[in-house]
Amino acid sequence: MSQQTGASPSDVRQFHPRARAAIENPKIRRNFRSAMDGLMSKRRNAFSGWDLEALRDLGAAIRQNALAQLPDLLEQLEAKLTENGVRVHWAEDGEQACRIVLDICQARKARSVIKGKSMVSEEMDLNHYLEARDIEALESDLGEYIVQLAHETPSHIIMPAIHKNTGEISELMHEKTGTERSDDVEYLTASARQQLREKFMAADVGISGVNFAVAQTGTLCLVENEGNGRMTTTVPPCHIAVTGIEKVVPTLEDVTALLALLTRSATGQHITTYVNMISGPRKTEELDGPEEVHLVLVDNGRSGIYQDDQLLDTLRCIRCGACMNHCPVYTRIGGHAYGTTYPGPIGKILMPHLLGLDETRHLPSASSLCGACGEVCPVKIPIPDLLVRLRQESVNGDQLHPARVRGHGSKRHAGEALAWKTWQWVHAHPAAYRMGTALASRFNRLQPGKLGAWTRFRTAPRLASKTLHQRLKERDS
Amino acid sequence: MSARDAILNRLRHRSGGELTAPARDFSVLERPQWSTGEKVRRFREAIEPVHGEVHQCPADNWIDCLAEILAQKGTRKLLVGNAGDPGDSLRQAQRGDLPELMIYDEPISSWQAHLFEEVDASLTSTRGGIAETGSLILWPTVAEPRLMSLVPPVHIALLRADQLYTTLHEAIREQDWSAGMPTNALLVSGPSKTADIEQTLAYGVHGPKELIVLILE
Repeated sequence: MSQQTGASPSDVRQFHPRARAAIENPKIRRNFRSAMDGLMSKRRNAFSGWDLEALRDLGAAIRQNALAQLPDLLEQLEAKLTENGVRVHWAEDGEQACRIVLDICQARKARSVIKGKSMVSEEMDLNHYLEARDIEALESDLGEYIVQLAHETPSHIIMPAIHKNTGEISELMHEKTGTERSDDVEYLTASARQQLREKFMAADVGISGVNFAVAQTGTLCLVENEGNGRMTTTVPPCHIAVTGIEKVVPTLEDVTALLALLTRSATGQHITTYVNMISGPRKTEELDGPEEVHLVLVDNGRSGIYQDDQLLDTLRCIRCGACMNHCPVYTRIGGHAYGTTYPGPIGKILMPHLLGLDETRHLPSASSLCGACGEVCPVKIPIPDLLVRLRQESVNGDQLHPARVRGHGSKRHAGEALAWKTWQWVHAHPAAYRMGTALASRFNRLQPGKLGAWTRFRTAPRLASKTLHQRLKERDS
Repeated sequence: MSARDAILNRLRHRSGGELTAPARDFSVLERPQWSTGEKVRRFREAIEPVHGEVHQCPADNWIDCLAEILAQKGTRKLLVGNAGDPGDSLRQAQRGDLPELMIYDEPISSWQAHLFEEVDASLTSTRGGIAETGSLILWPTVAEPRLMSLVPPVHIALLRADQLYTTLHEAIREQDWSAGMPTNALLVSGPSKTADIEQTLAYGVHGPKELIVLILE
């Protein structure tokens, strides 16, 4: 359902025309190219002096260990948070999660909500859901705020407004908020600070995401630079955190390693300005902080991914965005071409589970399988292997790889299947193989020059006039 | 079945069977034990490039240090906690060269607009710092509430040099955080910043525009 995903299925199906349009737009290409080049070199510098392989091994082991005990950890987290005074809710999908948030808001007669950055809330399409029910939902992360003013969706999971340059943002802020036009970033930032501080003071509820949830102590960790996350979770009288069920880890020790990987992989920082660890609402004697804290644990397809030994690796993700920063496809087409909540390599392996492979059939193929995403992933998700697996699923694979993702087989063509069946038979029968290759070489001039999508940007390969077997035979005689 | 039970049920009865948990080797996070002087140097090296302002002051005479900095900034109203140090020391010092002291002793709802609009700077203690990343450890309390380090445009923090840890990993272990966390704990590593407009750094987007650390030696 479009309500749950932040992008309607037709958006996702329009991948090819949008990718082409993006490639032909020099401004988008320039904005992304320069941003991604900067991020790649910052990441490289941030890990200098580290044994990066050992650290990535640890990151992978921490995530695998957490996933191995996922149901136990979720129960432990729930028990500990409840003991700390936090109310825990569970949602099967985005719609249910939105309903839970709405119920909390309505019980408090809330009219306005201020939001910290949360990709899960984008997945839920929470803002539209609340606005349709007369509750104002305002983004407070500067990038998200800009994207919301423009009625767009984030084009990068860490830097939502990366597709816009200063001039475009200045014009947008002028038009929507009356801010004087300026190319001075400090002025624009100060102006947003002023506008948003008013909103923080007036908001009835603050909604945030969660980077890591610690089961042992019942602690929600939020990582950020701006301070809007702290404002959102501290100033309004009620704080609602929303998170995917996979974000839980056993101990604070686990967080130290993931934090070291997350901020360096994402923006090349040794640490973000703020690491905000929330373990409970305001105590009676305390003078500030929210009176009520809620955690909404959202499944939305994750427990389905959890069933399969290979697909499970998708759930290790800590949402750093390094895979997109290093992706040659993402860098050229930008985040909006994908039409999905999560763009880039992680989106290509995650979105098919959330929307079905029929809707997202173009995504697993939108990759050259160069392997860069897998090499930089801080928790060693084998993204290229997962892309290949999803490609197999989209044509229903074979007996060895039974398909299980919703919408599998949607790219299967009877003709193609027959061609490969024939190919398989020919290769298992030497006489047929010899005759086939000899005939194909003899009549290679009859071979078609146009091979559909393959020859749109390439010349068609032409069979040699003699087979390799024939050449070797001639050489040896 | 409730959503909770349905989700847990699917996770517990995994079609792929039980998963085995791999061992976690944390040795990659270990660092050599730096001397206090080395830790101070590293702390400065990490926090100064992100606009953290650091002053090293004698532990028994930090008020002089503070007065000088505040005078330079032209601070008129300084917010301090309602009990304990450093607020108590300042109040007792009764000095004429300090700005007017405001005390955070009422629930936020009764003075929110004043906090947002009138305070020039705040002064808090810390529970220590982390040399490797240039971070302050703050556990806000009843005496020093959460918003002190967030809302005023300038945040000044006192950090005892002997409470500098090498890494976060070490601090969490030494201070035994797993025994119980406060309602809110923070690592603060510089003033608030953003690069959301064309990757251009700007400071003071939502939180303090300046972070000043007095290292007490």
